[in-house]
Amino acid sequence: MNLNLLIAIPALGFLAALFLPKSAARLLALVTTIATFVLSLGLVASYDMAKAGLQFASDVVWIPNPEIHWHVAVDGLSLWLIVLSAFLGPVAVLTSWKAIADRAPQFYAFLLLLEAGLIGVFVAQDLFVYYLFWEIVLVPICLIIGMWGGERRVYASTKFFLYTNAGSVLMLAAIIFLYNKVGSFDYVTVLSALQTGRVHLTGYEETLLFLGFFAAMAIKVPIFPFHTWLPDAYAEAPAGGSVLLAAVMGKMGTYGLVRFCLPMFPNAVRENAGWIVVLAIIGIIYGALVAMVQPNFKRLIAYSSVSHLGFVVLGIFSCTRIGLDGAVYQMVAHGVTTGALFVLASFLFERRASHNISDFGGICKIAPWFTTIFLIASLASIGLPLLNNFVGEFLILQGAAQANFTWAVFASIGVILSACYMLWMVQRVFLGETNDGLAGRFPDLNMREWACLVPLAVLMVWMGVYTQTFLPAIGASNSQILEKMNVPLRVSNPVSGGSVHAR
Amino acid sequence: MQNLWIIPALPLLGFLVNGIFGRKMPKLMVSLTAVLSVVLSFAYVLFVLSSAKSLDQPAVEHYFTWIQSGAFNVGFDYQVDKLTAIMLLVVTGIGSLIHIYSTGYMAHEEGYWRFFAYLNLFMFFMLNLVLAANYLLVFVGWEGVGLCSYLLIGFYFTKKSATDAGNKAFIVNRIGDFGVALAMFLIFITFKSLDFHKVFALAPGKPVATLTAIALLLLVGAAGKSAQLPLYVWLPDAMEGPTPVSALIHAATMVTAGVYLCARSSVIFVHSPAAMDTVAMVGLATAVFAAVIGLAQNDIKKVFAYSTVSQLGYMFLGVGVGAFSAGVWHLVTHAFFKALLFLGAGSVIHACHGEQDMRQMGGLRKYAPVTFATLGCASLAIAGFPFTSGFYSKDAILVAAHAHAPWMFWVAVFTAGMTAFYVWRAYFMTFFGKYRGHGHPHESPVSMTGPLVILAALSLAGGFLFNVPEILGKMFQVEAEGAEAATLTYISVAFGLAGIGLAYFLYVVNSALPDKIASSLGGLYTLVYNKFFVDELYDVTVVQPTVNGSRTLLWRGIEHYVIDGVVRGVGANALNIGGVLKHLQSGNIRSYATWVVIGGAVLLILMGVGGFAFAGGVR
Repeated sequence: MNLNLLIAIPALGFLAALFLPKSAARLLALVTTIATFVLSLGLVASYDMAKAGLQFASDVVWIPNPEIHWHVAVDGLSLWLIVLSAFLGPVAVLTSWKAIADRAPQFYAFLLLLEAGLIGVFVAQDLFVYYLFWEIVLVPICLIIGMWGGERRVYASTKFFLYTNAGSVLMLAAIIFLYNKVGSFDYVTVLSALQTGRVHLTGYEETLLFLGFFAAMAIKVPIFPFHTWLPDAYAEAPAGGSVLLAAVMGKMGTYGLVRFCLPMFPNAVRENAGWIVVLAIIGIIYGALVAMVQPNFKRLIAYSSVSHLGFVVLGIFSCTRIGLDGAVYQMVAHGVTTGALFVLASFLFERRASHNISDFGGICKIAPWFTTIFLIASLASIGLPLLNNFVGEFLILQGAAQANFTWAVFASIGVILSACYMLWMVQRVFLGETNDGLAGRFPDLNMREWACLVPLAVLMVWMGVYTQTFLPAIGASNSQILEKMNVPLRVSNPVSGGSVHAR
Repeated sequence: MQNLWIIPALPLLGFLVNGIFGRKMPKLMVSLTAVLSVVLSFAYVLFVLSSAKSLDQPAVEHYFTWIQSGAFNVGFDYQVDKLTAIMLLVVTGIGSLIHIYSTGYMAHEEGYWRFFAYLNLFMFFMLNLVLAANYLLVFVGWEGVGLCSYLLIGFYFTKKSATDAGNKAFIVNRIGDFGVALAMFLIFITFKSLDFHKVFALAPGKPVATLTAIALLLLVGAAGKSAQLPLYVWLPDAMEGPTPVSALIHAATMVTAGVYLCARSSVIFVHSPAAMDTVAMVGLATAVFAAVIGLAQNDIKKVFAYSTVSQLGYMFLGVGVGAFSAGVWHLVTHAFFKALLFLGAGSVIHACHGEQDMRQMGGLRKYAPVTFATLGCASLAIAGFPFTSGFYSKDAILVAAHAHAPWMFWVAVFTAGMTAFYVWRAYFMTFFGKYRGHGHPHESPVSMTGPLVILAALSLAGGFLFNVPEILGKMFQVEAEGAEAATLTYISVAFGLAGIGLAYFLYVVNSALPDKIASSLGGLYTLVYNKFFVDELYDVTVVQPTVNGSRTLLWRGIEHYVIDGVVRGVGANALNIGGVLKHLQSGNIRSYATWVVIGGAVLLILMGVGGFAFAGGVR
């Protein structure tokens, strides 16, 4: 199984799509994304779920000086995120099928580039390559928002680009600092150097480096109060773009926290966990409350993401096995649920050309299946047991309760509020008397829409009922990450006198 | 293995068939699927219980691992012990009757298939709740029945009051679920497991403070699901749903889940006297409070709704004073007579063409004799008339309450008098005097009256047919032993009869008097009539501040001006965002985009070429 293929196929599709006419580009995008998804299933099939370490590694020197390795590999942390990205590829293409008419070849090309970049982020094991993909992803998504987005698309796109880049620069500085210390960008090398004590970081250095990485991740996730780009970007992004943006891109940040911050800077993580968790919990409650009063359902779902991603951050910084497993599970689960909600949002938009809740109402009467699927996605988002989000959120809260019971108490308020905002929206959009503006122009789901939604709904139930498909691989990787966190650092270093505070 | 999974799987199958294909299926097929799935489930329960060797030590059936993470390991595990056996019989037995009744009651409703799909789904979750062998699986049923309750309350989804009531039920229950979730976190931290047998085996050795915290958190959940103070507010509104739903979910089964949870967790509760006292106090206060409100309601379903809240309070009183089996006994008898009261009310409403206001009824005993007779049986039972089902279970609770604290007995017995009064007030207003409504009232079809007759028999004889304390035996470690006090029984019977008598005097003999009494009470009557303005109070103190505060303070204020204000300020000044915007908007975006894309593409190709060129070279 060559991981490079997973990047190469959508990347080649990207190049090809640029030179094709509209319908051909669309078809090519669909074929390419399906091929990538099938390939990702092959990855799952040949992946050894019981093993903790990196698998399918391919490590070659790419640039000799400075030494940069083309090092890609996959473990339980990234496995399902890769599959999620590949799975949502065809969904995003099918969602955009009718909605994108203008400059379609470019749109689908960017969508493919986005997918290639996302997969690249999750497989990269060299800090330089990782950063490269991190930045590559930003280009197509900003163009997608800026060229095909809603009314305020340029504002949203620019804000998104500048804001996330401001954080990325700090991460880049941290990466370069590490390179100067270790002499390599290769993550495995860097990590072992730090852990064996070959390279020593003072407490001050570790904290600064952690904050450098954290800044990039905190904006990308986003963690409160760095979230204000999100409602603009999510709401303005067009059909398929918003699906990948909301479902996968936010996970780049939470993934980075687990992949890099926890193993490399364990002391800084534990020292700073307190205030980060407080921010996460504020985000959970604040995001939910602000979501509740949104008059625009796309923004409502966007703010609900702020709330849900707060849970993920809480799970990560609980620094417990259960919380971490829950966080990684929730990354995938939230991707499926929010992906579905954004797909549905764009189907609503296709029918009514509006995102305002007050322009809808009573859809249940004229499109019962549409309503049913939306209700299932909403219930998943609310965290109803036997659906996907429940598993992640419950584990996160259980882990948080183990670390500090008060955290779980406050975070659980978010679970109550999620029911408030989702059900209130469902009531205003789908129940009641049918809105006059909808009569005769609101057909129930067609075949293309069914094709998008059924796999998503199936996954919601699957991930809620039979977690054994997904959790063992996640757990194996997480237990290894936590083992790395428990290695006492800075004990055997004679040079740095004062700042030794081994835990 | 007894294959317990078949019990909930049958209604789940019914749900799937009706939910997916029901729209296209003829009504008869929908009814057959729905009713048969539940009746077969009932039959399978009977089979399981008759073939079980012993129910004292439940054998756990493990189907598959549900969630496993580190030390956290929860399986899809079912078990049957005596408590579960009783619940299974009530849920599938009453459930079967109500499904049959519904085929008549809902015959002319739009969305007939949808109704039965939801009802089947409810059965699945409820059976899951009582069969579960660990707390997390109980929680699946717990939230699931809440979902079905939401769906069925809002069944008439074009009516705003119905969908409002559905939302209210779900959200208030979520507040209770918050308690259950926190209880589970604490249970796992304390016991390293959520499995019943492990938790209960270890509970005696744990600190009382921890057990008290767990018990009180469970009580929060129980108060939500079983509509106790202060979370009862959703249940009266839940009457927006079709009447069979009120009977099945909001009287006989789902709302008793809280009582079940407390009885199931009795090992934890009995080790915490403080928690037990709280349960008893909450139960008693709810019983009184709801009974007082019930005195002045005119909507027949609302009367029975508040009566349900009040009767659930009795069950909690029983549990709280340590008489777990008496509480469960009342759960069973209440399921008989309250299901009957609601189904009878449904039959009355059916007879009066949808009218629910009792002031528009009257004299129905001539038009609907079967309903009249069967509702009479239920009313006798709830009033605690000697040798009816309610008499036994209520008496057991009252005796135990007296042993615990005599004042509790007196409050409870006075409440029993009020209960007898308001139920019989409803009975007399409905069936006696002259018909005050419109149209011609008529008796309901056999599919509806049949279940009424069966339930009437159970309401009368269910108390000694199902002697729950005897069945449960030594299941609960500490069982409050009330002295066999005949005097107490005489007192409670006297209060019940006095309530019936007063109702007869006021609503049959001298029917002008109630209005005079009401007007002479003035403000007090207004207060009770308006249910103590609790909904309004919650609205002003919780709902409005949350919504308005979120809108004006958080969203338009902090979000827009503070957080995003800083971002925009930084953007505009330091990075000169305006210049970039101008550049982007000058029509150059496409060329700009093209350059970025081409650059990205070149980079990608380089990386790819580089990667493949060195492939295999360095490993």
